[in-house]
Amino acid sequence: MSLLEVRELSVRFGGSEAVSDLSFAVGRGERFGIVGESGSGKTLTALAITGLLPEGAEVFGSIALDGEPLPSDERQMARLRGKRIGLVFQEPMTALNPLVRIGEQIEEAISLNGGDEGPLDVSRLLQEVGLEPRHGRRYAHQLSGGQRQRVMIAMALAGQPDLLIADEPTSALDLVTQRKILDLIAEICARRGMTLLFISHDLKAIAALCTRVMVMQKGRLVELGPTERVFRAPEAEYTGKLVAASRFDIPDGARVPGPELLKVEGVSREFRQGGFLPWRGKPLRAVDEASFSIGTGECLALVGPSGCGKTTLAKIVVGLDTASSGGLQLEGTSYRGRDLPNALRRDVSLVFQDPFGSFNPRMTLGRSLMEPLRLASGLTIAERLERVRNAVRAVGLDTGMLERYPHEFSGGQRQRLAIARALVTRPKLLVLDEPVSALDVSVRGEVLALLARLRAEYGLTYLLISHDLDMVRAMADRVLVMEAGRIVEQGSPQELFAHPKHRMTRELVAARLPEIGASPAKI
Amino acid sequence: MRRVLAHPSLAIGLAATLLFAALGLLSLAWTPYPIEQIVIPRRFLGPSPEHWLGTDHLGRDMASLVMSGTLTSFVVAALAVAIGAGVGVPLGLAAAAWGGPVEWLVLRLSDFVFAFPAIVVAILITTLVGPGASNAVVAIGIFNIPVFARVARGGALSVATLDFVAAGRLAGLGNAAVAFQHLLPNIMSLLIVQGTIQLSLGILSEAGLSYVGLGTQPPDTSLGLMLRDAQSLFLLHPWLTLVPGLCIVLIVIALNIAGDGLRDAIDPRLRQSETNVTA
Repeated sequence: MSLLEVRELSVRFGGSEAVSDLSFAVGRGERFGIVGESGSGKTLTALAITGLLPEGAEVFGSIALDGEPLPSDERQMARLRGKRIGLVFQEPMTALNPLVRIGEQIEEAISLNGGDEGPLDVSRLLQEVGLEPRHGRRYAHQLSGGQRQRVMIAMALAGQPDLLIADEPTSALDLVTQRKILDLIAEICARRGMTLLFISHDLKAIAALCTRVMVMQKGRLVELGPTERVFRAPEAEYTGKLVAASRFDIPDGARVPGPELLKVEGVSREFRQGGFLPWRGKPLRAVDEASFSIGTGECLALVGPSGCGKTTLAKIVVGLDTASSGGLQLEGTSYRGRDLPNALRRDVSLVFQDPFGSFNPRMTLGRSLMEPLRLASGLTIAERLERVRNAVRAVGLDTGMLERYPHEFSGGQRQRLAIARALVTRPKLLVLDEPVSALDVSVRGEVLALLARLRAEYGLTYLLISHDLDMVRAMADRVLVMEAGRIVEQGSPQELFAHPKHRMTRELVAARLPEIGASPAKI
Repeated sequence: MRRVLAHPSLAIGLAATLLFAALGLLSLAWTPYPIEQIVIPRRFLGPSPEHWLGTDHLGRDMASLVMSGTLTSFVVAALAVAIGAGVGVPLGLAAAAWGGPVEWLVLRLSDFVFAFPAIVVAILITTLVGPGASNAVVAIGIFNIPVFARVARGGALSVATLDFVAAGRLAGLGNAAVAFQHLLPNIMSLLIVQGTIQLSLGILSEAGLSYVGLGTQPPDTSLGLMLRDAQSLFLLHPWLTLVPGLCIVLIVIALNIAGDGLRDAIDPRLRQSETNVTA
């Protein structure tokens, strides 16, 4: 008999239906995945199962755990959540109480939901999720993202649940940590014989972890079946699109870069800690003696785990931050960061990671896109408008959008518009800071294809910052690996990923999830 | 407009505020009796068809006085808010956009002004230039400056971390341009709400200053001045105290309700919508 059975589940908010007519069953000990893009209703499905739907939601249909329908009483439901269903959320920082030590929080979870069988204490749970007892004495902010997520898993395990629901548990983590957490979840499920309901937008994570998968789109079930079959031979067109989008085409033949465009020489950036007291604390070196150069037309990728200083370096290159020591040269002109002369500023642009924060919500897109043209002096209003229109057309959007405001657009459209804004000054160097990591899988491919096309058409030079090695392999001519502010290895992507020399590179390469279609048995 | 009606407290608060403001404005064109008209034989009358709210110790019509006094209170408070916002908001924006020494200076100046209550500033100004409504405006306005500076800086700091501000800087915008094009429009809602609250505080302060004789001077009148005139007669004729006192209370409550409602209606964090839920 199946552990969890969902029948004709619908979730409605006011007039609109967020989840419609969803039926599926999860067997005991099974690792079941739900995959879909944002707004597909996958998180709402999980919330409906745990009875945690936000106010104003109407639920229809039936959900049964172990053959029994879920209690409607909130007190009973709360007991059930702790004892039978464990929950792991996406953002571990907000899910932990910042003022209570980790150990005490786990203890609370044990005393609330502690199972009857066997002694269960904090240190054993910490050990089970790969932490040491000393971590229990710390506060949430003293742990890394991965460690916090381990704590969340430990708390979910406190009630010895039959069902573990993990909602995007790794999407806030970098690649290396993601792999470790996925391994940990798989290991715990196998050891405890626990059933897993794993929710993610990342097909590769699902493929690596789950035996069966359900694909959702706009609140509806699109396809359901064994992971291997669904991803290898998708029946639904939408699944096929998702699978295709999560693979990258590797271009053939490296391009030969032109003359040197940007030269970075021994750039360091230090941040002072400890406020006004100069003797307190060593300054933090976010970037440590970084040196490299980019040729015209080249695509150089900067990879590394989160916090390694990639973004700080990018900010110095575009002139948003100043190097503490060292210098840069753009087309032969020296600068140190913010002192980048305005005449040269139009030759570099930046595409931001988060498409939702990169436009002023109170400005029309036309005005936002026009803004960088201040740098191109001597243009008439008509010429400026023409530039903006051309840029919008170049990214494949309609010029009618310019009168509208950012909130009217989806993430993918905004990222296209952000690229358009970066293009209006006709720059030579485009710095792309994780340009697709905030986007849905199906949109990612489009944006990357657009970037590749623009590069070919306009002869652009890219400095690509990412932790996604597969994307880097598809896009970059040359790769720099960064760790703790230092550039530790460089080379062509093929060579670097086939024969990684430095420990960091090896870790990154090892953390890559297998391509879709590979067997999920071994993770 | 639909958003206004969706928040009952906002609708009630705004309606009550507008009612009082309209009464005040009406006094410019028409009052039942001229407020300067002193008729000693007809003093201390209770409410009657001729005098809706009775007459005071000089036989002036209370309804006319309340209308005119409400106007004074509103005008003084509104001008004080204008001074506070006009000086404070640019200071706060400058602190957020420039940072460093500018920010330090603005914050220390705010601390300095905060150290002097409006009443002390008013006494200072009165000793220098003599009492009057305009002095009350200046005193309350000065007190409003650091309030707006801090609200503007706080709001602007959280907006300044967003990418579009960085994009603006990349486009070569200076600090001033960033402050006015990117920061100010995004903290407007905060400022509007703060403005309503300062307006109610301003009305209270004006009443207080007039009460101690540092604000509006006769023959003009204000709610605080009416309270002062009625003070010595409170036990004999409580009605004279009750009318202006209740007016002040009602106006302040109305403004506070409107301010709270505005915050609920404007603040996206408090706005429940489907997009938040399905995200």
